[in-house]
Amino acid sequence: MDKSAQAYWKAVLGLLTKILIVWFAVSFGAGILLAPVLNTIHLGGYPLGFWFAQQGSIYIFIGLIIWYAKAMGRLDEEFDVHED
Amino acid sequence: MDLQTTTYIWVGATFALYIGIAIWARAGSTSEFYAAGGGVHPLANGMATAADWMSAASFISMAGLISNLGYGGGLFLMGWTGGYVLLAMLLAPYLRKFGKFTVPQFIGDRFYSKSASTVAVICLLTASLTYIIGQMTGVGVAFSRFLGVSNETGIYLGMAIVFAYAVFGGMKGITYTQVAQYCVLIAAYIVPAIFISLNLTGNPIPQLGLGSNLTGQDVSLLQKLDEVVVQLGFGQYTTSVPANSTLNMFVYTLSLMIGTAGLPHVIMRFFTVPKVKDARTSAGWALFFIALLYTTAPAVAAMAKMNLIGTVNQGAFTSADIYAADSALEYDKRPDWMKRWEVTGLLKFEDKNGDGRIQYYNDKNAGFADKAEAAGWKGNELTVNADIIVLANPEIALLPNWVIALVAAGGLAAALSTAAGLLMAISAAVSHDLIKNIIAPDISDKNELMAGKISMAVAIVVAGYLGLNPPGFAAGTVALAFGIAASSLFPAIMMGIFSKKMNKEGAMAGMLAGLGITLFYVFAHKGLFFIKGTGYVDMIGGPNSFFGITPEAFGAIGALVNFAVAFAVDKVTKEPPEHIQHMVEAVRIPRGSKAVDGAH
Repeated sequence: MDKSAQAYWKAVLGLLTKILIVWFAVSFGAGILLAPVLNTIHLGGYPLGFWFAQQGSIYIFIGLIIWYAKAMGRLDEEFDVHED
Repeated sequence: MDLQTTTYIWVGATFALYIGIAIWARAGSTSEFYAAGGGVHPLANGMATAADWMSAASFISMAGLISNLGYGGGLFLMGWTGGYVLLAMLLAPYLRKFGKFTVPQFIGDRFYSKSASTVAVICLLTASLTYIIGQMTGVGVAFSRFLGVSNETGIYLGMAIVFAYAVFGGMKGITYTQVAQYCVLIAAYIVPAIFISLNLTGNPIPQLGLGSNLTGQDVSLLQKLDEVVVQLGFGQYTTSVPANSTLNMFVYTLSLMIGTAGLPHVIMRFFTVPKVKDARTSAGWALFFIALLYTTAPAVAAMAKMNLIGTVNQGAFTSADIYAADSALEYDKRPDWMKRWEVTGLLKFEDKNGDGRIQYYNDKNAGFADKAEAAGWKGNELTVNADIIVLANPEIALLPNWVIALVAAGGLAAALSTAAGLLMAISAAVSHDLIKNIIAPDISDKNELMAGKISMAVAIVVAGYLGLNPPGFAAGTVALAFGIAASSLFPAIMMGIFSKKMNKEGAMAGMLAGLGITLFYVFAHKGLFFIKGTGYVDMIGGPNSFFGITPEAFGAIGALVNFAVAFAVDKVTKEPPEHIQHMVEAVRIPRGSKAVDGAH
């Protein structure tokens, strides 16, 4: 693999790591492990931990994929590996 | 117009629509049959993926399970959506770049071995078949109610229709039909939810209604529900965790997520988009369309529970004494929807204390026994199968007939679209990956299609037979399929992309170990090949003996075993040849992607 391809792959893995951290934090973190604590806070009629488990994490997942698709598009251009 | 006629009209009209589309988009070549010719717009592909994905389990069963489980039901919501993040980032774009159209093909080429491809076919068939069993359970529920027949007859009918439909269309037909099915099923899910949310909370948006106050009361819907279920001896709605194990919930969620990303019929979808870029955005669109239903489901679940309890116990909505004798509903005055569901055998009433009224509470809660005794209750008298909650929901809320009919059409759309997609994956695996690539390479196009159709027929008969004796509720059975996909296919594909040095020995040993240990644990609980009475749960030390983890949740453990075994074996065997490592490098870069190569 030449230099720029290596740098591209490294940048991709960096992006994936960031997204996976958020992915884990909202679902397994806020939705499960921290839910009992967060439930003491209310969001309207929703206890917050319950909200993350049944609503919030889904909205954030969509945001993550949009972020990913945009950031990957930028990386492709930057390293000149985009499709024609 | 009476309900039965309205239902016939709605279901008939939607079926005519699907058949029309299938005829319009008939598959001409094998490439069109399996991959829709590679030219589907990301938006349409997103909708089709959503319909393919949201099965009878999502549509019919999931809200019912959440209704039973409360907060813990969130594991289905997070698990079945979070997997798309993994799929979009870790697999889809790379598999699209790879340019073949089945999962075993990728495994076979990447791990330069026909044996690896065969192992992948076995994993794929196991996961897809288990998944179809769950669908047939759901189809049985929908048909039995819609035609007023027994659950068994419903399953037989469903088998016939699913078969005719999948064999006829091929992937191209299926893709466009699924777009229509998505529209039907999402409307069928959301319309009643809006009505019910409006009734209960005055807020027409179910996602907001669930977080609102009850109409005319100064208490939030969830808080009221918590109070009522606790009064009836159930666990608190907003906090109860299934099997009382946070660890199990954690592992279960993880299994569903990686299973989602490893399910062949979902992955196949991303072979049908024109470009690598589209594979990324398609996953986003798919998740958006899925989220419309998945964020509505928790509202449907909680509101159905509230309405159900309110129907059988008048004290629940008002603040009257729910233990009072005249608070429970008289059996003779039960609403029509109860009578209709009694016919299917999925709703049962047994007057244990002989007072002619329906007592509905948790009689398994020992701490609650005294209170029940004092109220003169002699056990729970109403059994409601969780799979009927969504279909019965508009009836429970006394919505107009056309809404009830629409929901029946939606449930059938969900079950049909997914079953068709699964049958495609199975038929591709058998005819293309097994027969064409391994057993008989010079088979003609025509015979290959024929072999594909025969394997669909076999799959449907097996699934129908097991659907008559399902290992659990539709959503639970489907969860098992995810565990199987999670433990076998996902790790192999991921290592194929992210580890250049992973070799064929490692990948094969990993898949076999992951699949083997997962099946061992699942069969221990559910019987060998899901046949009742052949379980060996005592041999492994009783139910859920592995740290309290349920068989449905075991896939994540299987996946860990898969990764561990693969890396261990990889260390002691020789590394993959040079050209394979170059291939992996090429797959990682979007440039140079070609249209899907159908014939090879």
